[in-house]
Amino acid sequence: MAAAAGGQTVGRSSFSRAAAPHVASSSTAAGVKLGPNGAAFVSSGIPDLDRILGGGFLIGSVVMIMEDSDAPHHLLLLRSFMAQGVVHKQPLLFAGPMKEPRLFLGTLPAVASSKEDGRQRGMGAGTSSDGRTSDEALRIAWQYKKYFGEEKTSHAEHRDNKQEFSNDFDLRKPLERHLLNAQNIESLKKETLLVSSRTVVPHSCPNFREKMVEMRMLDGLLYNHYVHHNADTLRRKDWDMVSFIRSLKAMVRASNAVAVITFPNTVLSSSFCKRWQHLADTLLSIKAIPDEDKELAKLLTGYQDMVGFLHVHKVAQTNSQVPVILEASTFSLKLRKRRSLVLERLNQAPVDGSGGPSLDASGSCSSSSQGSQLDF
Amino acid sequence: MEEYGGGDFLSEAMGSGARVVVVEDRVEAPGAFALHLLLKRALAGGGAAALLALAQPFSHYDRVLRGAKGGAISDSFVRLYGDIQRAIDASRTGDNTGRFTLMIDDVSLLEVAAGGSVDDVLDFLHYCVTLTSEMNCSLVFLIHEDIYSSEEGVGVLLHLRYIADLVIRAAPLSTGLAADVHGQLSVVNKCTFREQRLKAQRIWNFHFRVKENGADFFYPGSRH
Repeated sequence: MAAAAGGQTVGRSSFSRAAAPHVASSSTAAGVKLGPNGAAFVSSGIPDLDRILGGGFLIGSVVMIMEDSDAPHHLLLLRSFMAQGVVHKQPLLFAGPMKEPRLFLGTLPAVASSKEDGRQRGMGAGTSSDGRTSDEALRIAWQYKKYFGEEKTSHAEHRDNKQEFSNDFDLRKPLERHLLNAQNIESLKKETLLVSSRTVVPHSCPNFREKMVEMRMLDGLLYNHYVHHNADTLRRKDWDMVSFIRSLKAMVRASNAVAVITFPNTVLSSSFCKRWQHLADTLLSIKAIPDEDKELAKLLTGYQDMVGFLHVHKVAQTNSQVPVILEASTFSLKLRKRRSLVLERLNQAPVDGSGGPSLDASGSCSSSSQGSQLDF
Repeated sequence: MEEYGGGDFLSEAMGSGARVVVVEDRVEAPGAFALHLLLKRALAGGGAAALLALAQPFSHYDRVLRGAKGGAISDSFVRLYGDIQRAIDASRTGDNTGRFTLMIDDVSLLEVAAGGSVDDVLDFLHYCVTLTSEMNCSLVFLIHEDIYSSEEGVGVLLHLRYIADLVIRAAPLSTGLAADVHGQLSVVNKCTFREQRLKAQRIWNFHFRVKENGADFFYPGSRH
């Protein structure tokens, strides 16, 4: 193979992998976006997150979200993901530690009316700057990056695509009942997931595998890690859970599904936590921030609106060994008007005193001296 | 590993004659690219390879390597070992004199498959090591070092480091991720220890950047 002689790797590959859109468009399901290298994406339910991850959640991948035990912000992501699946009429399979998992479905958000939000997005940058014109005159210079960097995609195009691929959700309103009822949604109680045998999946849920295969279209799966109270069986269950995740990953790869798993990394031992992280294709973590933290308020702009931080550790990559390097990997989670979830890059406030402000808005918070909150 | 024409740092560091190669990596600095490189080299010299792929489906390796062959997956380690032996025998028939390479991606998943039974995994690995002397085989193992950085279960990692002739360790930079440097690689070549070549370099450290087809290696601060 001529390519094998590439010991001296000279620049780029000798061919490019086409996505073959003409073939795929005939069989594309609703809510699937195609990308390079034969990748197909499903929306995460949060347009900002889709953009950050380069398209959305890769089909066939496992997304893991590390929770913060202080606050349930990971549920915001889960709800958006599930709601998006419902809107696109994709079969969902959901399991969680609650007694009646179906009740969780009642908390899914409704689709926001696009006109309002479209306008809101366009104005997003404008309104916040208007609100602070008076005393911010001196600060405008360093905020340019924030306003100009985000506006690259034209809003018209964005709005058209939004309808098809990803929706904004209004977190105040619950998802319409008729959408939920018409939907192929399965929910599993925690008992069915926990068994002491090694092969968790076939024994615990006999028709689980059939359901996976049946659902040729897209599945959204959602799992919550169950907190083990019994210390004796703890170690056994750790191996069972990892084995289960591995089987799940294999199944998801083989079918057109995306699995989203959330777990509290404080519950697992660090060694198993690392195992889970290695198994994830896309790895995110959520960190809550306290309501009142004067030091952080001084450090970041827009602190009052933030509910938490989202850190992207790993992004799924298909058929390629090149890692995905993001410009910024930590984002703030904000609720706009208590209604829609947005993710923004962090902007460091100018520091009073000698040093002068750091103009580098991406990821600079991790090097701050008070950075204990922001260290992931 | 046969000497491969490339003049890059990794080839120099690896030298030739290493029978057991261990690649270590972390979540922040995945080492799969090193496996792909080694697999390419193993196949390019006219050799054959078997890839025990627990982490990715074969199509992934196929796409990255464009046509690499091989593979053996089985539930039980005994059967697995038998399969490996058969694969080696099969490649021996005919005039194939190249070296056979067995790659395992990765050992941490082998532990999961064994349900945490470290003894079984170690037994299996030791059996694989016998292949290097009996059947002119080379081994390449990928293991995630950050899983073993705490209390229990350090056994497998330490064992592998002990039996390895060559250890390639991928780690992130202390400054975090960057677009032009993906991490640092340290290579410990124990063969040179044994050969008692006093002037030969034994430990190498350099930076790497992963590309579609391979990787660039360079010393910190010098970019070409």
